[in-house]
Amino acid sequence: MTEHQEEIAATDDDGAIHDNVGIRNELRARWQALAFKERIAIVVGLELVLAALLFFIDHSLGFAVVTVAALYWINRLPPLPWKLAGQALLVAVFLVAGPRSLAVVLAVAFATFWIPKQYRVWAGPAVAIVLAVLYPFYQSKMFTVPVFGVWPDVATGVYMIVFVMMAVGLNIVVGYAGLLDLGYVAFYATGAYTAAWFASLQFAHVTWHFGAVGIDPKLPGIHVTIWLLLLLAGVITALFGIIIGLPTLRLRGDYLAIVTLGFGEIIYDVARNSDNFIGTGFNLTNGPNGITPLDSIGFGNSLSHWTGGLLPANYLSCCNAKYLGHQIQSTDLFFWTAIVLLLITVFCSLRLQYSRLGRAWIAIREDETAAAAMGIPLMRTKTWAYASGAFFGGVAGAYYAVFKSATFPGDFYFNISVFILCMVILGGMGNITGVIVGGAFLAYLNEEGLANTGAWINANIHIGSHHPNLDVPLYASGIYGLIILIVMLFRPEGLIPSRRVAAEMHEGVHDEPLYDIAHAGSDG
Amino acid sequence: MSRKPVAADASAPTLATRFKRPSAISTVGLVLVALLLFWLGVNLVKAPSVFFTVFLIGFTTGCVYALVALGYTLVYGILELINFAHGDVFMLGGMFTITFGTQLFGLKQGQGIVTVPIVFATLLLSMLACGLLNAGIELIAYRPLRNAPRLAPLITAIGVSFIIEDVGLAWKGPNYITAPSVFPQSQIFNFYGVAYEWNKLIVVAITVPVLLALLYLVQRTRQGKAMRATAQDKEAAAIMGINVNRTISFTFLIAGALAGAAGLLYSLYVTTVRFDQGFQLGLIAFTAAVFGGIGNLPGAVLGAVLIGCIQAFNEGLSWHAPGSDWTEAIVFSILIMILVFRPEGLLGERTPEGG
Repeated sequence: MTEHQEEIAATDDDGAIHDNVGIRNELRARWQALAFKERIAIVVGLELVLAALLFFIDHSLGFAVVTVAALYWINRLPPLPWKLAGQALLVAVFLVAGPRSLAVVLAVAFATFWIPKQYRVWAGPAVAIVLAVLYPFYQSKMFTVPVFGVWPDVATGVYMIVFVMMAVGLNIVVGYAGLLDLGYVAFYATGAYTAAWFASLQFAHVTWHFGAVGIDPKLPGIHVTIWLLLLLAGVITALFGIIIGLPTLRLRGDYLAIVTLGFGEIIYDVARNSDNFIGTGFNLTNGPNGITPLDSIGFGNSLSHWTGGLLPANYLSCCNAKYLGHQIQSTDLFFWTAIVLLLITVFCSLRLQYSRLGRAWIAIREDETAAAAMGIPLMRTKTWAYASGAFFGGVAGAYYAVFKSATFPGDFYFNISVFILCMVILGGMGNITGVIVGGAFLAYLNEEGLANTGAWINANIHIGSHHPNLDVPLYASGIYGLIILIVMLFRPEGLIPSRRVAAEMHEGVHDEPLYDIAHAGSDG
Repeated sequence: MSRKPVAADASAPTLATRFKRPSAISTVGLVLVALLLFWLGVNLVKAPSVFFTVFLIGFTTGCVYALVALGYTLVYGILELINFAHGDVFMLGGMFTITFGTQLFGLKQGQGIVTVPIVFATLLLSMLACGLLNAGIELIAYRPLRNAPRLAPLITAIGVSFIIEDVGLAWKGPNYITAPSVFPQSQIFNFYGVAYEWNKLIVVAITVPVLLALLYLVQRTRQGKAMRATAQDKEAAAIMGINVNRTISFTFLIAGALAGAAGLLYSLYVTTVRFDQGFQLGLIAFTAAVFGGIGNLPGAVLGAVLIGCIQAFNEGLSWHAPGSDWTEAIVFSILIMILVFRPEGLLGERTPEGG
């Protein structure tokens, strides 16, 4: 338990004794003594002051604060008729004055929240999927968000989805089974290189084609259709995960973390140095130059013809169609394919969660010794966690390599492992929704958000004519470190926690807790 | 400061298991060690002068690693936490050295005997700064998580490591910063082509007293006794009137001071420091600590010297050495093999985590 919660617990039990101890408790007591209306007035006043201050830095930020405050208060109104009226008013205001796209977004969001609770379990994700699929059509029409700038473009969307897939895969290892894997990038690398080996000119002394699209059939090198390669990359990476896992999964906790970290670094070194593989002169990975280009993805001419052009023959040379005023581009196709892959990943992950295997993982996470005593085969269960996590990492890596049409060793540095881990931690270990949200947000930050934020800071925050000129993306890893630190200290279960993990984090299931002298005895 | 012995644990070797036929896994391990020795032997016979020169280089690097490895092992011994941030504290130590030395004391090349007190003062300041930084990290980042699941402080440690790395980046920029080359590089002796320079001797000469002081502190003082007691059993130590929190803070202070000393030696010996070096070197030093048996002070020194030598042999020997591109891969392979074949390390005791 953290100090803060301890104090709350203390005031709850015998409030009279602790009430006047410490400035924090005193402030809380005074706050609680205020009348309800006074409290609301103070909060609204503070919000307005904040908005006014921010208005001078950036006008739109001030408006944004007012909007968010309005959303919060409308949400707290009694549902009928006030909440509905408030929402309608807000939508109307933006329809008339502000960005129309914001009005539409709000209308859709409000409509979703009016769906009765028992249907929302299905309707929420359904709305999200529809919105995601339609994203290329309305992306260019969206409003500008203060600080973060324009909405991410579709290529960033592909990047986000790929990293969310990896985060969901890592969540199986870290969130479900509780095995800290600091070398997840090794799986990403394995998948990417598998795709690169079997769909490029890398092995030019062999010429073997199997369903590849968009290339000359006499082109040297191995060229296998990407659809098969995605599966193959997953399987090979899962096997690789098992190979890594078998000797190391006997180790517990932090030893496992450091070994996986080591494997990640080894893979990075192998990728970087294997243009001369272990001194044999065999060019395995093309060294620091990476393997590029990769074959394109597509369904082939016959399948495309057969479906009347619905399934494109080749993603890169497609698209003269125009729907809803939007010229379909190859990036859009990659985006939709990525969504399908992500849906498969999420579906598998959800089904695994409460399967026999998934429950075994949770048991191991909570208490390994007890799980073993209940007859759970530790090694096999852990290896399965590793293999499943690795599978999705491999598929995501292969897909991203195909999308970029390249793999470079520099993509597989240790930072990426921590980056993916940060997604899982920020969103909430063990909770798919949390991991998706956390992953999408961080991937967005990494690709566009930090650069946009930096530009905003440099443009709007200045003292006189002195601008800070910060290169924010340079400090990306430090920012992720800060996010990890803050989340672990103040909300270790993540932003959208799984109830079970939250309980573990606060009670502590570790068989031998690190002793804390200051709070000794107060738990009892 | 060794970990508590495990009394009734299945993985502890008993009389019956100790004399068992070697298993397949230990045979593989022995074969690997034999291959390594064969490779070293061939190199020794082919070019003995190169071999010994490289050995001396490795020994010097090993001394620097030893100081860092001791920091890892001290913290692990007391909290069972891999303090990932330690390597970055070491890197900041190098930056402190360069800043204090050149800007505060005007350290530069060729000052003659004045260099000695300046380096000494810089060493003290750098040790103090790193020690306070490390203790501060413990206070902010690790102490609130004492009762959390064990992975929580580990994850936090990674976050802190990244933050400190970026502090270095923001402070000194993304390029290598250079330290004045104040250690004389003239040769002490040149014995049939085996050269030994003053700068290497100075590194050893600074390392050894620091190590002896640390051993004295841990073995002979009240505070050291408190540290050993806390490492063995925190509750029992608390019952005996030891202030556990203060002892842990003190341990972090000492570990940080060692990292500061290592940072000084590294920056003045190698003469370049960059913000991202700490993490890699820290991992190598951690490998050394695991190699010697984590939680075991002499083990950390032994492991560090061995790792330093292996690194130097890999980068320096002529006959089929993989070269510096593969150093990290080799060190991490060693780490993995130790954890697989002999998780208790060379000098450590068998623990449930490792077994």
